Amino acid sequence: MTDEPQPPAPRRLGRFTGLDARPVNLDGFAERDDEAGLVAFASANDPEPSVALDADGHVTELDGHAAADFDLIDAFIAAHGLDAAVAEEANDLDDVAFARLIVDPATPRAEVVRLAAGATPEKLARVLARLRPVELQMAISKLRVRRTPSNQAHVTNRLDDPLLLAADAATAVAYGFREVETTVPVNADAPSNALAVLIGSQVGAAGALTQCSVEEALELELGLRGLTTYAETVSLYGTEKVFMDGDDTPWSKAFLCSAYASRGLKMRVTSGGGAEALMGAAEGRSMFSLESRCVALARAMGAQGVQNGGIDGASVVGCVPDGMRELLAENLLVMLRDLESCSGNDALVSESDIRRTAHTVPLFLAGSDFLFSGFGSILRYDNMFGPSNFNAEDLDDYLVLQRDWGVDGALRPVTEDQLRAVRERAARACLAVYRELGLVSSGEAVAGEPAAGRAPSPTPTGFTDDHVDEVVHAEGSKDVTPPDPQAVLAASDAIMDRQLGILDVVRALWATGYEEEAERVLAMGRARVAGDYLQTAAIFDEHMNCLSKVTDPNDYQGPGTGYEVPAARREEIAAIRQQRSRADLLARHAAGAPAAPPTGDTRGDTHGDTDGATDDVIHGAIDGTTDDTTRDRTHVPPPAVLRLVARGEARPGTDRREVCIGVSPALATKLWFTMSGLPVGEVLEQIVAGVESEGCVARIVRVPSTVDLGVIGLAAAELAGSGVAVGLQAKGTALIHRKGLSPLACLELLSIAPLLTAEMYRELGVNAGRHAKGRRPAPVRNPYTDQAIEARYHAEVVALVAIERGESVPGAPPVDLEVER
Amino acid sequence: MSDAFSARALSGRPIEGLTLEAAVCGDLSPADLSVHPNTLRYQAEVAEAHGNPQLGENLRRAAELAALPDDEVLAIYEALRPGRSTAAGLETIAARLEAADAPLCAALVREAAEVYARRGLLRPV
Repeated sequence: MTDEPQPPAPRRLGRFTGLDARPVNLDGFAERDDEAGLVAFASANDPEPSVALDADGHVTELDGHAAADFDLIDAFIAAHGLDAAVAEEANDLDDVAFARLIVDPATPRAEVVRLAAGATPEKLARVLARLRPVELQMAISKLRVRRTPSNQAHVTNRLDDPLLLAADAATAVAYGFREVETTVPVNADAPSNALAVLIGSQVGAAGALTQCSVEEALELELGLRGLTTYAETVSLYGTEKVFMDGDDTPWSKAFLCSAYASRGLKMRVTSGGGAEALMGAAEGRSMFSLESRCVALARAMGAQGVQNGGIDGASVVGCVPDGMRELLAENLLVMLRDLESCSGNDALVSESDIRRTAHTVPLFLAGSDFLFSGFGSILRYDNMFGPSNFNAEDLDDYLVLQRDWGVDGALRPVTEDQLRAVRERAARACLAVYRELGLVSSGEAVAGEPAAGRAPSPTPTGFTDDHVDEVVHAEGSKDVTPPDPQAVLAASDAIMDRQLGILDVVRALWATGYEEEAERVLAMGRARVAGDYLQTAAIFDEHMNCLSKVTDPNDYQGPGTGYEVPAARREEIAAIRQQRSRADLLARHAAGAPAAPPTGDTRGDTHGDTDGATDDVIHGAIDGTTDDTTRDRTHVPPPAVLRLVARGEARPGTDRREVCIGVSPALATKLWFTMSGLPVGEVLEQIVAGVESEGCVARIVRVPSTVDLGVIGLAAAELAGSGVAVGLQAKGTALIHRKGLSPLACLELLSIAPLLTAEMYRELGVNAGRHAKGRRPAPVRNPYTDQAIEARYHAEVVALVAIERGESVPGAPPVDLEVER
Repeated sequence: MSDAFSARALSGRPIEGLTLEAAVCGDLSPADLSVHPNTLRYQAEVAEAHGNPQLGENLRRAAELAALPDDEVLAIYEALRPGRSTAAGLETIAARLEAADAPLCAALVREAAEVYARRGLLRPV
């Protein structure tokens, strides 16, 4: 063996080192591995679809297995899950022919569902594997059960802080979520969490369903007491081994389903691809093949719905080829089995914003019974299920996506005032109930008894009026003083020991002045007695109407049919808090406020805002591209200080040192600030100073006949003794022009108005002077940005240009202007 | 199945009687906010009429369980988990369910016993 020197590693390419640092490269990707079950569709080990029936209609063969070899899952599906009357018809159908029936809008949903009821798990897996992404979306539009889409929220926090849970549950309901799911970091806190979320969920609107996801016996007990109204954590798995690892069988789970229903609780099961591979027992089968078994089992058990689309294994599915398509197809499996789809999107599938969004958007566009089986309505760090694919940080993005596509994603914009009101009411109601039920000490002496001589028991941290205030204003649990964990545990113990239930909550709410909430909580109890929400895909709207497969069936049959976003809802979706009108802009300019509130402004409404408080936000948004001049806007004099007085029609000048500054129609008539927030008076001053520093003379003229900056500059140049002019629009765009050029062929152009600084305007004036003197100066550099500057400002540009156009007077000659102070 | 179905609580109180006034006066008990087996059977009929016999069957099993106490329901669930019960134990449960006018649940337990025997999930005697 010789020690030959290794050739040095080749130098890395910048193209690759740059890409290596992108978020998507933090994600893991796995090669397809059929033996390990790391395959989305069609593993080499998936069985051939098959079904055989005896004379009595009993299933004697299922997907390659004879009855004697059925495992638990086969056996349960064979006994309960297949419609014998259509089994042979469905399974004899060619895969592509079946796939076409599923997609084709002209084939009614009922016909497809009828066939699917007889299809074996493997048959449906094969058929759906044929669908391309857009075909999956078409099929989902047609096959989801409920006509009206809905959405579910996760509401949890790191501290199990009851007041914060209540405020966040109310927040979720304000945004439009109709199911609220909580869980615990500390199992023993579950009763307190369930109670807090129940109270919060009924503030602001009626009818939101709530759930507390914990160990099954405890979850059932909370449900029995009426502290929760639905359950969905009954987990199913696609192989016998993993099912048993979960310490259950299809029969125990089926019994659990009946147990929930026997107490009037809505219940769905949970499955989702990747779980079996994650547990190392996928039997070499594809994720989709196993998921199809889970969904067939869910139907066989009589569950009303299924939560799937990855769930805990979403990122396992996501790491293999076709993974995202598999996740979407899982939701369709549920719909084909005529069950409510609670469609995943509840686990963060990527560090890449592009990739995680791409996972959710196809379903979002197609619509589902529940688009998320847990949108993280709280901050990522507070999500005790782990971050969801979309979280509180993404709420505005989501609302904008709804608006962009005209799609009902089941959420709505809220104002800061609305949110403040419901958060405060929920936190106060929760505190009041905890005190009324004696779950925490109020720290006050008992009414009617003299306080002297009796030391009241101290109020635990987290259960005070101050804590209400913290909770109302907190973004997440890191913004509040942690409540005393012993107090939360004690409250939970008391709920269990004293067997507190829904009636106690109703009475406590009523006794403490929360009559509306008391009535709503009672209405959830009444709904349980009515039982209508046990039907498939049932939710309550905010008027307690039950929307389900029975009352609100999906009737999509192609364009013009199915769920049409109602006009009022369309307006609601459009009315995001960030949208502005031309009137808003004029009002801001008239009031002396600078540019539009940019992205990043967290306030609900800035109409008529005159305090200048948006300044910091604006500068934060374009940080690094502004200089001290624009930063210092709090010292800007009011715009009215600048008065441009017309002094008659402008005549051509004769002084060869004269540089004209041609301004647009609305500058200092309607518009007082450029897009970078500079007062137009200051911009004019800077240009004049630049011109004069070159020994030239500046003359300001208005060109009222046009909004076109090239024409404005050229008209001014025609008037200038030097033949050189600066053109300036109110929004801040500026150029240097020379007599005799064509309007578009100017000498210099500063086009990125939002980023222009006072310094740049001065430089432009200097260069205009130099051009007037016949020199050829180096052009002022346009500021550069890689930000989405057009997205940020184009909406405002449209308004600004419209205002300019409104002020323009076609045919009117240029006039001389004099600055009056 | 009738559109005019009017639910009563497990206690027998009509749903219209479940008022806030009754609740705060202490007139209501937990049985007044529990679903009645007849309501579950009615909902089962609705599910079957809408093409989901499995949901219907689940709701019929639920109707059978509605009158059983919570701890008994939880005990049966526990007995059905893997390796918890002998064949005889499951048969005892099934017989008890049958006697309690819960034949569908009894059948589910017997079916489980049969499959558990074949798949080795019974607790050895």
